[in-house]
Amino acid sequence: MKPKIKRFAVAFILVILSFVLQTTVFSWLSFSGIVPNILIILTATYGIMKGDRIGILTGFFCGLLSDVFFGTFIGLNAIFFMCIGFFNGKFHQVFYEDDVKLPLVLIFTSDLLYGLSYYVIMFLLRSRFDFSFYFLKIILPEVIYTIAVTLIYYPLLLLIHKLLDRSDKKEGMRFV
Amino acid sequence: MSPVIPQKGERFTIPGKYLLFVLTIICIALIVISFNTDILSKPISTVSGFVITPIQNGISKAGSYLSGRKEDLKQLRTLLEENESLKAKLDELTIENIKLQQDRYELVSLRELYELDSQYDDYEKVGARIIAKDSGNWFHSFVINKGSNDGLEVDMNVMAGSGLVGRISDVGPNWAKVLSIIDDSSNTSGMVLSTSDNLIVTGDLQCYSDGVIPFEKLVDTADRVVEGDKIVTSNVSDKYLPGILIGYISSINKDSNNLTKSGYLTPAVDFDHLNEVLVIKQLKQIVEEE
Repeated sequence: MKPKIKRFAVAFILVILSFVLQTTVFSWLSFSGIVPNILIILTATYGIMKGDRIGILTGFFCGLLSDVFFGTFIGLNAIFFMCIGFFNGKFHQVFYEDDVKLPLVLIFTSDLLYGLSYYVIMFLLRSRFDFSFYFLKIILPEVIYTIAVTLIYYPLLLLIHKLLDRSDKKEGMRFV
Repeated sequence: MSPVIPQKGERFTIPGKYLLFVLTIICIALIVISFNTDILSKPISTVSGFVITPIQNGISKAGSYLSGRKEDLKQLRTLLEENESLKAKLDELTIENIKLQQDRYELVSLRELYELDSQYDDYEKVGARIIAKDSGNWFHSFVINKGSNDGLEVDMNVMAGSGLVGRISDVGPNWAKVLSIIDDSSNTSGMVLSTSDNLIVTGDLQCYSDGVIPFEKLVDTADRVVEGDKIVTSNVSDKYLPGILIGYISSINKDSNNLTKSGYLTPAVDFDHLNEVLVIKQLKQIVEEE
């Protein structure tokens, strides 16, 4: 039971840390007002590394956190992020730790889908029809910036994942 | 691996798709509740005020210090040049100031004559620091480091320098969320200072990237409003106190209905480089509905 609690604590800290980083540090590092979406990186990475259930839960809490602080309705981002966690969790079985291409492609797709669905729900439904503007000025820059940040953030998450695995094995050895 | 019949030694777990389904229903319930009522906002804001805000507060202090240093170096050279030209301007302004002071004496005596109390010179204001910005790129709202403990309430007006930033849309014990006037979902009732014609300022994400905010529904049959006119918050707004500067008209066009005009205004506040804001601790007087 103990390793499970440790994992939960690490995940909890990571969610809070990512959210705080995104709202503070990255607002200072924004390029022409565009902020990378590191909550999506976290959700997608957890989905790929741990499977769909953990992905859904991570996404749920990430989304809920950003809803509580900045959402118009509480729960909308939670649904989006949950679906991202679930979608990425489906690729858990073809995931190898050394392969960076798959997470990159998946995070790219996730952020793109998130941007598109957010546009449809929050803007298209309020009759803002100029899709090309929103796509070129908001969605695409966000995706590209997110991918750039992934190159730094993903190896960090992978390292934490490996360290936890190793300490789990040690615990297991001690009890056996 | 069947979820229904648990194997020996394998604990029962909910398959992902059912978990997704259950949580989605919870989320939809939350959306409906938060859309229709505001029961949820009180407990949630209290909890998040204890957990998140102190961390954001610390980090953004360090962040603003670093980016402040960067700006300092960049601006040093331009400042020297600016200093020269400003000195020249100072003389010019001193002369103008004397003239204005004379006008002011006249104004004060005239006000006394009409028994007008000086309307918005003496609103009680409180300074606050921005500690977090919207987590996405779609809307322009931010969090400041003061809340109900400092006497802030929902709908209080927020200014930076001399211009209007927005109003408080949500408040916790030690934080408050500010909805800015450039936010895509925000509408502000304004008026042209020189002619007192009312208009509506609508925040728009698309126009903001060009540095302007659109306005519409300006009735100006006499064609007296021109580019460069000041736009301030109007007397009839139910959220904003009257007479706070919003910006200056940068272009103006006649609508196809030939009755109203619309156009763009340049905001008085630099929304990209906001650090500190002023909150006016006075609410607009509201007429109670029967």
